[in-house]
Amino acid sequence: MFIDIFLLSVLVLASLWTVMTRSILRSAIGLALTSVILAIVIFKLNAPLAAVFELSVCAGLISVLFISTISLTQPYTNEEILERVKIMFGRFKFLPILLVGLGAFLFFMNIKPFVPFFYKESLVDVRVFLWDLRRIDVFGQILVLLVGVFGVVILFKERVKK
Amino acid sequence: MYSWLVLLPFLGVIFLNLPSKTVRLKLAFWVSLFIVVFQIFFVIVPMPAAWGHKLDSLGTFLKMNFVVDCLTQVLLLCIGLISFVTLFVQREMAQDEKQMFNFVNVLLLVLAGMNGIVLVRDIFSLYVFLEITAIGSFILISFDESFSAFEGAFKYIILSIVATVLMLLAIGLFVLVAGNTSFEAIGLAFLDYPNVFLMRLAMGLFLSGCFIKAGLMPFHGWLPDAYASAPASVSILLAGIVTKVVGVYTLMRVVVSIFGFDPTLRTILFLVGIFSIVFGALAALGQSDFKRMLAYSSISQVGYIILGLASFSLLGLAGAVFHLFNHAMFKSLLFVNSAAVESRTGTRHMDSLSGLTQRMPVTGVSSVFASLSAAGVPPLAGFWSKLLIIMALWFSGFAWVAVIALMASVLTLAYFLSLQRRVFFGTIAAEFNNIKEAGFGFMVPSVILAAIILGVGIIFPFIFSKFIVFMSHLVGGFIVY
Repeated sequence: MFIDIFLLSVLVLASLWTVMTRSILRSAIGLALTSVILAIVIFKLNAPLAAVFELSVCAGLISVLFISTISLTQPYTNEEILERVKIMFGRFKFLPILLVGLGAFLFFMNIKPFVPFFYKESLVDVRVFLWDLRRIDVFGQILVLLVGVFGVVILFKERVKK
Repeated sequence: MYSWLVLLPFLGVIFLNLPSKTVRLKLAFWVSLFIVVFQIFFVIVPMPAAWGHKLDSLGTFLKMNFVVDCLTQVLLLCIGLISFVTLFVQREMAQDEKQMFNFVNVLLLVLAGMNGIVLVRDIFSLYVFLEITAIGSFILISFDESFSAFEGAFKYIILSIVATVLMLLAIGLFVLVAGNTSFEAIGLAFLDYPNVFLMRLAMGLFLSGCFIKAGLMPFHGWLPDAYASAPASVSILLAGIVTKVVGVYTLMRVVVSIFGFDPTLRTILFLVGIFSIVFGALAALGQSDFKRMLAYSSISQVGYIILGLASFSLLGLAGAVFHLFNHAMFKSLLFVNSAAVESRTGTRHMDSLSGLTQRMPVTGVSSVFASLSAAGVPPLAGFWSKLLIIMALWFSGFAWVAVIALMASVLTLAYFLSLQRRVFFGTIAAEFNNIKEAGFGFMVPSVILAAIILGVGIIFPFIFSKFIVFMSHLVGGFIVY
């Protein structure tokens, strides 16, 4: 119980740091950290495969993509950063309070939703699940990737050419 | 066999990217036109069942267990027709073959996404196809790379992601309770546990996602900017079909197949529907930009579809589906008209336009058909769908809602008459004295869409009983009037 509360608190802090930090690079690192903690939480919830996906795709692949993209951009000057931080804090100053308040509310409400628990731990092998049961979704993911590739080519590559 | 409607656009994209640059640039329009025309004929002309078994092996391999009912067929027809119109308009507007080629690639993938949405009966697969359509739409909106287009696309991305997150959260809750992602299993779980907190929460989250995607008030923040700032051909696609499929169809499908009759749901739908109809129409009245007026008008018209659905009757549902079809036709036609006007005059500001019918007779006359159909003037198609919706509301015991819908129809007539007066009627401004009728790419879709609006309006009374029987297959637990 203690470790759960500790992990969830760190998760909230890491996500807050991600959205509130002044540097976009630190923000990307914060996101990776959030994903790592989330992966541990998912692992503790008995979903090791989901945890592995979270760790490899969200914490690994996406962070690499973000950091390499950020390295291609021109960083802000210190004055610009300070100006933006000012605006950001003005906008989001109530966010941490809201989050803590919501968490406390849910904790003390002690909601026990009636869940019939139809869902039992899946005994289906992940390979069978992906390739046999959800083959259409795998095909859908290919389409998502394809449309993303066209988006990058049309909006970025051709723009650079122009 | 219906799996080909998803596979063919995908294979089309692969095919287009294989040959040499010169060949593929030349082929792009014709390949996409073939795919779109195939879809239209596929829906209109029934195929022998034997064909399906022989040609369905790829779909079976990919586990595409598609189910087709009347709602799906109407949507597939709309998708085909509006994509056809979009292609012609884009061909007229494309600066070069390369731009047309890029557009066609994304359009085909969006087509595959939309067809997938209307064909699947699994909520997670629905979500995957929603994502394909949404990402394609972001790219299409920002296609001409203007600042306003990026702004419109950015607003759409942000709100669409919020909608997606809400929907995904709802799907997680559905799986938790129902243990499965098929519509049937979730629908059964709703019947067994209608008042479980998690199910009510999931229903609320999913509905909110649908409202954002459909651009209904008060979730409409992205819609006017996205419609107005997108290139003309993309506005036609977005207003004509994309928001209908990702928002309105998804809402109709989950209400019919999952949530079923629920008094709370009806109240929510009534509130959102009335709010959208009235405030959409009032906002449209105050616009001076041609496309922004059409965007607010879309919000108002989608409100009618929601009211038809909320009547929870066969008549109302038939009216909602028919109005969805009609709205796709007349709103696309009006967006084609606005594109034609902008291409010839260089402006969309209605106060600086006047008397254009004298120089652009096809555009002017077709816009009259579309406007009157939208306002519900007989014998055009829009009249019948609005009549069905209002009658359904009246017979369901919601006379006050029917009266509001009727009064809002007068507002619709008012803003469309104002549009006609400012843009097409009156004396032509001296600066536009030498303009010519819009090009072939605008004229062909205008004539076809105007013919559909008039033709469907004239024949509808004769096919009404067949249409109702056709629609009755859709409704299980609905009260039938």
